[in-house]
Amino acid sequence: MSESKLHPQEGFPFQKKEMHDLCVCGGSPATAASARRSNDAYTKMLERTPEFQQWRENAHAVKRFAVQHLDQLLVQFEQNLQKKGIEVLWAADAEEANRLVLEIAKKHDVKKVVKSKSLVSEELQLNKAFRANGIESVETDLGEFIIQLAGQRPTHVVIPALHLTAEQIGRLFEEKLGEKFTAVHEELTAIARKHLRNHFLTADMGVSGINFGFADTGSFTVIENEGNAGLSTSTPPVHVALMGIEKVIPSVRYLPYFLSVLPRSATDQKLTTYTHIFHGPAPGRKMYVVLIDNGRTNVLEDPFTQNTLYCIRCGACMNSCPVYHRVGGWAYGWIYPGPIGAVLNPHLCGMKDAGKLPFASSLCEKCAHVCPVKINLPEQLVHLRNISARTPGSPADSVYQKLLWRTWSFMNVRAGRFAFFMGLIRLGTRFARFVPKPLRILEFGAWTKGRAVPTPKGQAFRNWWKKNRKNTQSESKK
Amino acid sequence: MPMIQRIQSAPPVWKYPEYRPTDKTAIFVPCYIDQFYPHAAVSMVEILDRLGVRIDFPSGQTCCGQPAFNSGAWDEARKVVRVFAKTFADYDWIICPSGSCTAMCRVFFEHLFPDDPEITGVGKRVVELTEFLVNVLGVTELGARFPQKVTLHIGCHGRRELGITDQPVKLLKNVRDLEYIELPHMEDCCGFGGTFSVKFPNLSLDMGRAKCENIASTGASVVASIDTSCLMHIGGILQLDPQKKKIRPMHIAEILNCR
Ligand code: SF4
Repeated sequence: MSESKLHPQEGFPFQKKEMHDLCVCGGSPATAASARRSNDAYTKMLERTPEFQQWRENAHAVKRFAVQHLDQLLVQFEQNLQKKGIEVLWAADAEEANRLVLEIAKKHDVKKVVKSKSLVSEELQLNKAFRANGIESVETDLGEFIIQLAGQRPTHVVIPALHLTAEQIGRLFEEKLGEKFTAVHEELTAIARKHLRNHFLTADMGVSGINFGFADTGSFTVIENEGNAGLSTSTPPVHVALMGIEKVIPSVRYLPYFLSVLPRSATDQKLTTYTHIFHGPAPGRKMYVVLIDNGRTNVLEDPFTQNTLYCIRCGACMNSCPVYHRVGGWAYGWIYPGPIGAVLNPHLCGMKDAGKLPFASSLCEKCAHVCPVKINLPEQLVHLRNISARTPGSPADSVYQKLLWRTWSFMNVRAGRFAFFMGLIRLGTRFARFVPKPLRILEFGAWTKGRAVPTPKGQAFRNWWKKNRKNTQSESKK
Repeated sequence: MPMIQRIQSAPPVWKYPEYRPTDKTAIFVPCYIDQFYPHAAVSMVEILDRLGVRIDFPSGQTCCGQPAFNSGAWDEARKVVRVFAKTFADYDWIICPSGSCTAMCRVFFEHLFPDDPEITGVGKRVVELTEFLVNVLGVTELGARFPQKVTLHIGCHGRRELGITDQPVKLLKNVRDLEYIELPHMEDCCGFGGTFSVKFPNLSLDMGRAKCENIASTGASVVASIDTSCLMHIGGILQLDPQKKKIRPMHIAEILNCR
């Protein structure tokens, strides 16, 4: 994997900008407002649902088991899918997955595809692949439909068009669909519905994601609110379901745990409007499941990072994240934004490209307390920082950083040195004020961008203690 | 002998052993408090004196290793943590006036030394000051008097790793003549985040300014915290804002020590 995986979708110059985007408050105001609203709803939901913590434990336990036994479960899943007449294909990476899907399309002479929301298809950039091969593909989830019209990328895992206001969407529909401008939510939905209906009826193939696959029954679940997933999977004669390999769980018996936590965490619903469970193709139709790795086995290698594969893509972590509120989804450079993106993208895309992401967090740990499957996101972040600092070529692996921390540890391993160096810094703070702007560089420059430098008064505490107190217990190991 | 057991839940619940006056007790004064905010540590000493807690200040102490740990420089952090563990090895209790440094010792030493129970054992004996007062000693009234309007910010590590939410509030509410005003969006991060504040200054400042808006909206004249590191950042922003520079950041120990 030499070529950078962090890629732009046409119309957006992410690549050059993304690392920059991560450093500025460039997210749209709508992002912060809606994410905050979702997070507030989540907090209220917690208050009225005391059982929720237990459900989280359960969901976590099932996922832990599933990820630890992934190899066995996947084989079992494949066998049981095949028993139901579902064709199973395996893809190591995005390229292979796209090739497989295109082959299916060719075999069935597909001209038009309807897609329901699927994050893994975003990973693959499947729409681009379809277009390059002359196949029309239509996103049928309202949010994705908007995003596709705008030629953008989703900024949120659950609410792809979170960054747009109703007003902006109205303008977009006016421009691209020739509709009369409106900012009324119901009218906007009606417009999308009108335009989508016909596509469902004329499509040759439907593509969906998979929320959970069940190894014991060889069936799988898609949950949704708009009915578009139901239509895109059942109207066209061919249904292709894309699934990241980590989505398999041992049994359909555990589904209720996830149905209890996922909609509540994602959109504060007790249940989504539709829960589809697919048990194989109807007579005369075809159903395919494509199992996609695309970097996931990298994550599996290390037992500590395995945790991140529990993610059920509910978006609660990004809703809670103060950094996400400010930078928006695109700044994370890939499909997954927010804390989970900062943790997953470095694994899936490599440290060289995404090594800076784990540092873009104040480690406030809010995400860990909302995640419905209890992924220890902040701990993952600090571990990744360590990996990033050790990986040659990653943005955190710089001579300056090495020197900085070496000096730091040198001064901190002896109290005498510590007092001496700190004395110098204390002295420095007195003159900080007089340093002209252009000379305020590095950390000092960053600090003084909008903050006063602390001005210590009096002596250091250790000197005060020496003068006024005595240690009366032990100091034996001195 | 690991003294504190963490029970997995959110917010975390910790079990504390009983404090006996014969226990060897030390204070750990984080590096920036030692050098930049010594009066916070002096206040802590005086509070503990009054309660009859006999304390030492082991002179070999420097830093808990958090800055390097959070920046990914784990090897360098390990060197410093080893020194920390050696310095405090003899003590049953290590009281620290900072939530974030306490969390580093108690929770994150394990990440640096997963197989060294001696070092992590020392880390587990570190308690934050308000936690020690309220949960261990069972004291919520210190006889303090502070006639001002005060609002409170609790640092994120204290809140989410140590489960410190109402201990400082209880202590403040029992201070005579003190008017406690709850901070809106109290659980939001102030944006300091250690090296985050200088690696991503724009984000850090924006978060800090939002926090300062909330602080100003309370009309308080003092913003207290269990974390001086957050206060350094918050205070730095307040100081440059002509409308808000009257608001004084104070470590909670300083308030509890006023009479
Ligand atoms: S990491 Fe947790 S909170 Fe974030 S999207 Fe995944 S499941 Fe949801």
